[in-house]
Amino acid sequence: MVADYLHQFFFGYYPYICMTVFVLGSALRYDRDQYTWKADSSQLLRKKGIRIGNNFFHIGIILLFFGHLIGLLTPQEVYHHFMEASTKQVLAMVAGGVFGMLCFIGMTILLMRRLFDPRIRATSKPSDIMILLVLYVQLIMGLITIPFSAQHMDGASMVALANWAQHIITFRSGAADFIMEEALIFKLHLVLGTTIFLLFPFTRMVHVFSGVTAPIKYIFRSGYQIVRKRG
Amino acid sequence: MRIRAQIGKVLNLDKCIGCHTCSVTCKNVWTSRQGVEYAWFNNVESKPGIGYPKKWEDQKVWKGGWERKTDGNIFPKMGGKFRLLAKIFANPDLPEIDDYYEPFTFEYERLQKAPELKNVPTARMHSVLTGEKMEKPEWGPNWEEILGGEFKKRRKDYNFRSVQADIYGQFENTFMMYLPRLCEHCLNPTCIASCPSGAIYKREEDGIVLIDQDKCRGWRMCVSGCPYKKIYFNWQSGKSEKCTFCYPRIEAGDPTVCSETCVGRIRYLGVMLYDADKIKEAATTENEQDLYQAQLDIFLDPHDPQIIEEAKKAGVPCSWITAAQNSPVYKMAMEWKIALPLHPEYRTLPMVWYIPPLSPIQNAVNKGDIEMEGMIPDISKLRIPLKYLANLLTAGKEEPVARALKRMIAMREYMRSKNVDGIKNIELLEKVGLNENALNDMYRILALANYEDRFVIPTNHREYSGDTSFDNEVAFDTRASCGFSFGNGCSGDKGKISLFGTKTHKNTMSGKIPKQSKCRDLEDCS
Repeated sequence: MVADYLHQFFFGYYPYICMTVFVLGSALRYDRDQYTWKADSSQLLRKKGIRIGNNFFHIGIILLFFGHLIGLLTPQEVYHHFMEASTKQVLAMVAGGVFGMLCFIGMTILLMRRLFDPRIRATSKPSDIMILLVLYVQLIMGLITIPFSAQHMDGASMVALANWAQHIITFRSGAADFIMEEALIFKLHLVLGTTIFLLFPFTRMVHVFSGVTAPIKYIFRSGYQIVRKRG
Repeated sequence: MRIRAQIGKVLNLDKCIGCHTCSVTCKNVWTSRQGVEYAWFNNVESKPGIGYPKKWEDQKVWKGGWERKTDGNIFPKMGGKFRLLAKIFANPDLPEIDDYYEPFTFEYERLQKAPELKNVPTARMHSVLTGEKMEKPEWGPNWEEILGGEFKKRRKDYNFRSVQADIYGQFENTFMMYLPRLCEHCLNPTCIASCPSGAIYKREEDGIVLIDQDKCRGWRMCVSGCPYKKIYFNWQSGKSEKCTFCYPRIEAGDPTVCSETCVGRIRYLGVMLYDADKIKEAATTENEQDLYQAQLDIFLDPHDPQIIEEAKKAGVPCSWITAAQNSPVYKMAMEWKIALPLHPEYRTLPMVWYIPPLSPIQNAVNKGDIEMEGMIPDISKLRIPLKYLANLLTAGKEEPVARALKRMIAMREYMRSKNVDGIKNIELLEKVGLNENALNDMYRILALANYEDRFVIPTNHREYSGDTSFDNEVAFDTRASCGFSFGNGCSGDKGKISLFGTKTHKNTMSGKIPKQSKCRDLEDCS
């Protein structure tokens, strides 16, 4: 009974709590406290480890994010024109494995730097350390799911997870039922994944939004200079 | 033609005594906050030397400023838009804080609160970043003060390029000068160009370059983009900060703090009118030695009736046009041509200019006779090599520096013979291209340097800032609104716990060191 309740809570309702906080929290922070909205780079204080660590981490995590986004949210009817579910699973495992390892190397360097470099440690907010640890654990769990997936190569498990995600974001009931039988590691990965959205507005993660908008605005900015009129 | 006005600045290096009053008053007003302890919006360096941050002038190292491609276009030296964005995760052109210095404070509190000890208590140096004890500072905003350090290291000064510099390491040939530095408030700033967020902007009405602290996302590209390294990354707020040209004072018609407090009266502020349409043409000038002249060509004559008419049409208030006519900056840069831009080869068209310093005749000590060209001593025999000054101020072109120095010497000679011998040596003036009126003006402004001659600053006419030429709405709206503040506007940044990130550091410049390091060393805690 309790297990059933928890399953319904974490996979039926909790995602909505997280998404609400994610949207409202980000909007309110942008509106009310933009001075705190920043990437919070610590490269000035210590450049060692930044070049490989930060590049690997960011490239890895961005590709992983889009991999998940496309992989989970593309309806079966659409990708069936190109490939079988089993092929898609192999693709997901290989791409996820490669980018996951890239991200893992980068994040290991960054985490060591954040925890053990005296300057970086002293200037870290608790949220900086927390979010890095959360992402690290999430990444490791994601990598652990690969051998689990290898045990059933038919793609059924992946389809179930995709159904869950698609039902959640389209507000259809019964989403949690799809993943009743999945391995615990998948479930933990999902819960922590949705939790990242919950934490997002209260950490430096908000710079992800700016990381999307700023380059676009920059590239389309006519010329280079900006002059502001008074008033 | 698109006329704009800017408050420009000139520093008369001939009178700078290197007292650092400008730096200290600026620091007390602007950068005594946590996160910018290491930042000096204004600092004074002794030259020759590699400066602060280390080697700031050498763009092979830091990739600041612009680069002209063979097709005649210019791009930020750190890369065009795509290449610059590719550096966003790890910026290879960003100085580390040790290139400036690790900020520190002294544990003054201990001098008062130490218990009875066998030895006199000391106020040890502590890192503001980590709270750990530090043995000694390794660099700073005036590290090479009065030729401090070995010549071997100072020899790496960028301005020694194409100078046979080794002889200047010998005691008999050594030379020095001071170089106070601040943001140049350029006409073609690379910091603005390199900001992906578009947070940095130039104010249309007075040319001041500012960073919108709300819009800044801390991508730290501007720090690399600025060739003068005058944008500082606040490690506590995660945002970039820079010299504001004391805009709240300028708006009220007051000089900047560094200018107001300058003991040697070396700083001048005045309006320059310029043609904004010509900026691109000037900045892309092919030969970098022509950039100085190209910038002069942008400036407009405020006495020309046609320019006055155009300026009025462009919305420049009458008080600004009058100020431009009396501008000491215009006189020094355009009329007398004694003020020169700092490193025009960066192609940023800087607006803080410098009068090169005179120095003693080098071989006078040895021989007892001074080689003269008429009344003017041979400029090439001055102790500070002409080439060195030219590398600093005119991308290596010696003629403008020589002309400026000759005019400065002529002013001294003329006034000396006038006051001592009672002779007006008009011939001397003609030789350097001056006349009696200009010289009297020059003498009054440079030698007497009265307050009202140094600072000709019109107030910022807020009432003109709306759609109409006299918009009371805007004027009344800004009156009684928030002044200069960080964080959430008037609701203030009180350092309270915030859901969106509480500060990690308190301001420790008072001498109270951060908590974590207290009593780490048992001996010190007895």
